[in-house]
Amino acid sequence: MKLRAPFRTGVVALIWAWMLLFVFLPNLLVIAASFLVRDDVHFVRLEGSLQSYARLLDPVYASVFLDSLGMALTTTLACLLIGYPFAYAVSRLPARVKPLLIFLVILPFWTNSLVRTYAMKLLLATNGLVNQALLGVGIVEQPLRMLYTEGAVIAGLVYVLLPFMILPLYAVFEQLRADLLEVSSDLGAQPWRTFRYVVLPLTMPGVLAGCLLVLIPAVGMFYVADVLGGAKHLLIGNVIKNQFLDARDWPFGAAASILLTLAMALLLYAYYLSARMVRRRSGDDALA
Amino acid sequence: MRWLKHGYLGLVYLLLYLPIAVLVVFSFNASRNPYRWQGLSLEWYARLWDNDALIQAAANSLLLASSAATLSALIGTLTAIALHRYRFRGKRVLNGMLFVVMMSPDIVLAISLLVLFILLGVKLGYLSLLLAHVTFCLPFVVVTVYARLSGFNAQIIEAARDLGASEWQMLRTVLVPIIFPAVMAGWLLGFTLSLDDVVVSIFVTGPTFEVLPLRIYSMVRLGVKPEVNALATVLLTLSLLALLASQYFLARK
Repeated sequence: MKLRAPFRTGVVALIWAWMLLFVFLPNLLVIAASFLVRDDVHFVRLEGSLQSYARLLDPVYASVFLDSLGMALTTTLACLLIGYPFAYAVSRLPARVKPLLIFLVILPFWTNSLVRTYAMKLLLATNGLVNQALLGVGIVEQPLRMLYTEGAVIAGLVYVLLPFMILPLYAVFEQLRADLLEVSSDLGAQPWRTFRYVVLPLTMPGVLAGCLLVLIPAVGMFYVADVLGGAKHLLIGNVIKNQFLDARDWPFGAAASILLTLAMALLLYAYYLSARMVRRRSGDDALA
Repeated sequence: MRWLKHGYLGLVYLLLYLPIAVLVVFSFNASRNPYRWQGLSLEWYARLWDNDALIQAAANSLLLASSAATLSALIGTLTAIALHRYRFRGKRVLNGMLFVVMMSPDIVLAISLLVLFILLGVKLGYLSLLLAHVTFCLPFVVVTVYARLSGFNAQIIEAARDLGASEWQMLRTVLVPIIFPAVMAGWLLGFTLSLDDVVVSIFVTGPTFEVLPLRIYSMVRLGVKPEVNALATVLLTLSLLALLASQYFLARK
């Protein structure tokens, strides 16, 4: 027992110190900064004020916030619509090919996400390959303007974040027992009813986890909006970054960051509630 | 139904790999125009090799990623062991904080650390990057190692203690060998996250220590540059090799 106590105390103290210094204290500082006034020399002046929060209500910023949230939600929905059938299809394949197919989903994740965003730019540019292909086949007469649009930002986000949706979905489909589907159809349920009342509730935890894993990074990835959206289609991440690195308005950047955190906390809470509901329901009927 | 399924899978893989394939193919393009193929050339690789600032940034990134991964694997493993084996005050709060770090958007963590470093007078550069990267990698290591700890039979530990091993001996000869693959997996995850990070680095970086993703960022922000294609191909090849090597070592274990 001799070494147990010092080892334990040391480890617990180390991790507590790290979390307090690099997580708790910094967040406290951000909250404090959001209630102060900007100062050109010292970043902030010690003077209480709500003006940063008032500025968030400014229609210009409010619309950036809503647009950004809209883009992030569209990205999440697109990832779900692409990823759900994909994860299902992979999970029903023979066991020997599955590891390879999942490996192929993870592999792009190993290339720098900035590089992948840049690759999208090559494809979507006005004289890029997609336009060349469309012109060549004769579908369009004029090259389409795809780059620097909201669609380009969403396409980039979907491309970078899709693996985060597919992996949790694949995990739940792998656990989905095939006999439950048989039971459902033996009992006379049409495929749609089997999907609605058996498959969907049982895969809901994966759906929710995937949506969170896509949505949370999607609001902050300012570089995707920078490279593919130009200066016009901003994410909340761009606003925060500009305030901290270019405009040097810490209080306003901090207030925007707190608003973002609150929005995300609300979503996490919704996730927690629905996950609990799903657990209870699937515990009651589907798996009883 | 079957061809529909396979066709769909093929289509998604095509979407996943087409942009990367284009990058790789055009890295060998002779033309400056990044959209028109004009024959094979290694010009962009030669330029890459001559670009000292870029090579330096790549070396910096490797140094940062390996040190951040090592430090977070070390602290994260100890934390996972403490969370799994010991009862201490504030355990739930600690768990909650790790969860918050994992779930909060990178940019929120980034600005909070920037404010901290400026306030404490930490010079922005290698040290600030290292501290920030360890902080966002930590929870991932903890989760990975903790999963492994909960997955094996805890009686082995009890047996070791009953047979007279001290806590330290038990850790060294029983627990660490068992969780070692998970520690390595955590290290690899940290290394990847660190190497890929743009969002946190851009805030806590300084002029003395430039990292690769930020260098690439400044290159691709304005227009398209064929050197980036060559760089992307090199990076892709390296990560493929690293992945194959890690698979090989894990399979041999």
